[in-house]
Amino acid sequence: MAHLEFEKPLVELEARIRELKTASQGVEGIDAEIAELEARAERLQRELYEDLGVWEKVQLSRHPDRPYFLDYLEAIFEDFVELHGDRSFADDPAIVAGFATFEGRSVAVIGHQKGRTTKEKLKRNFGMAHPEGYRKACRLMELADRFSRPVLTFIDTPGAYPGLGAEERGQSEAIGHSLLVMARLRVPVIATVIGEGGSGGALALGVANRVLMLQYSTYSVITPEGCASILWRDGTMGPAAAEQLRMLASNAKDLGVVDDVIEEPVGGAHRDRSLAARNLADRLRVHLAELEAMSAEQRVEDRYAKFRAMGRIA
Amino acid sequence: MANGFTRNKASGDGVPKRTLGEGVFRRCDACGVTAKAEEFVTNLEVCPACGHHFRLSAEGWIDLLLDPGTWEEHDAGLHAVDPLGFVDSKPYAARLVASRKKTGVADAFLSGAGALNGKAVQLGAFMFRFMGGSMGSVVGEKIARLFERGAERREPVILLSSSGGARMQEGVLSLMQMAKTVAALGRLREAGAPFISVLLHPTTGGVAASFALLGDVNLAEPNALIGFAGPRVIEQTIRQTLPEGFQRAEYLLEHGMIDRIVPRREMRATIARVLEHLVG
Ligand SMILES: [Zn+2]
Repeated sequence: MAHLEFEKPLVELEARIRELKTASQGVEGIDAEIAELEARAERLQRELYEDLGVWEKVQLSRHPDRPYFLDYLEAIFEDFVELHGDRSFADDPAIVAGFATFEGRSVAVIGHQKGRTTKEKLKRNFGMAHPEGYRKACRLMELADRFSRPVLTFIDTPGAYPGLGAEERGQSEAIGHSLLVMARLRVPVIATVIGEGGSGGALALGVANRVLMLQYSTYSVITPEGCASILWRDGTMGPAAAEQLRMLASNAKDLGVVDDVIEEPVGGAHRDRSLAARNLADRLRVHLAELEAMSAEQRVEDRYAKFRAMGRIA
Repeated sequence: MANGFTRNKASGDGVPKRTLGEGVFRRCDACGVTAKAEEFVTNLEVCPACGHHFRLSAEGWIDLLLDPGTWEEHDAGLHAVDPLGFVDSKPYAARLVASRKKTGVADAFLSGAGALNGKAVQLGAFMFRFMGGSMGSVVGEKIARLFERGAERREPVILLSSSGGARMQEGVLSLMQMAKTVAALGRLREAGAPFISVLLHPTTGGVAASFALLGDVNLAEPNALIGFAGPRVIEQTIRQTLPEGFQRAEYLLEHGMIDRIVPRREMRATIARVLEHLVG
């Protein structure tokens, strides 16, 4: 188990309790001590997570143990068939796409995947997609549209990859095109930010009828580190930039950018993955049912009106 | 000129001027030649010696592209607010006030309608001089309205981009302008009216990654920098120096991302010919 600096006291206390429990088999009088430690752990957990700062929450959105798209896919969906490739250049493992069953119906599922192990992180480029990833996503969305299958996307990326090959093969066009394709889909579209919602690379999967965010996910025009290096020429000023950017789920809700913030288990989704998955499934079910009750024309109009209204002007 | 912008006022911004003896002279940053400032102006801010394209203002573009006396501005009254209470070296609210005062315009986009060779068109142009042409809520709204007007009237939309991308100071709301503008472009497509995207130096970030490369026809000026990420960010990411000419218009043409590179003097005629083919 990896942990963040501020989680350390709690993680250590929990490890101590586990040790005691193992060592105490048959030892008398130790139960009271364990109970006392457990009460302390609960208090500590409450205190710790009750009043997290902006930067701690940003860190939670990037927690090394945080459930990724494939974890939710396994927990919530059945019969997943992954489909690969953009039919033009390559298959981009930073975006996973295919069809799966959600509570009895087939849906297209598309999401960023960061990778857990070092080897997988490299393979998936830390969830930073190349143009091929977005083109694969578009291909799958258009396929879903033709066969009247809802599209569910899962956003978790620091951003689209800023590299030479990505520029060479049209990263800008790929993202822009994805926005256009999503805006015109006739089927229900739900996007959920499950971790990092990093700029255009996140939005490319985000033009949905309903946009949901997990409680400790973020949505931002730029990474706080990138913002800091532009504004103050100092990438270590990330925490200060994070405050300015209002990138938390609660901020996005206030700004009218998301419809629904989904509560996470105390301490974050990684501390109770199955509860986190159940909470997500509950909200997906509700929103999907509402969207399925609308006509295709209503869904296109609804999505247009939703994004058309975003922004603040005088 | 008859569109209400004089060629003098329309001259590029940020090009150093200096007096050498009697007349006002300007030195070309690209080739080092010194010529009369007047020559730059009559040559549409293109260096008379080496052909380097300096920035032409939005007003200058309107004079250049539209038939005299046909320009009519729309949505001029939209003003930005400070939705996040954003403060870096100075508050965004103060930055807006200072930028308005310095540039004489309300925000970073000028839009309206006019005629090109007698054909009614919707035209919009970024004003790079206002906060680097960054796209916040006002710019996004004006662009969405531009596409919607084009769709309603079934008129071509010509949009000249020069922008560093989304306006950071408006946070995720500026990110959403990418979706908003592209959705409106979708309406224009459905209405069957063409979108001519003119990519000027520089077009990057959230403007590049939304509508700018989705033109039915993408035209770029010579040597314009066009890309998703800025060169500095890419160099830091891949830790190697970028090849000569990377992300320049010529590079994008070679890689199939734009239709043509068009020198400034030929832009009007090129757009007119394309429109003639598409909707003549
Ligand atoms: Zn020159």
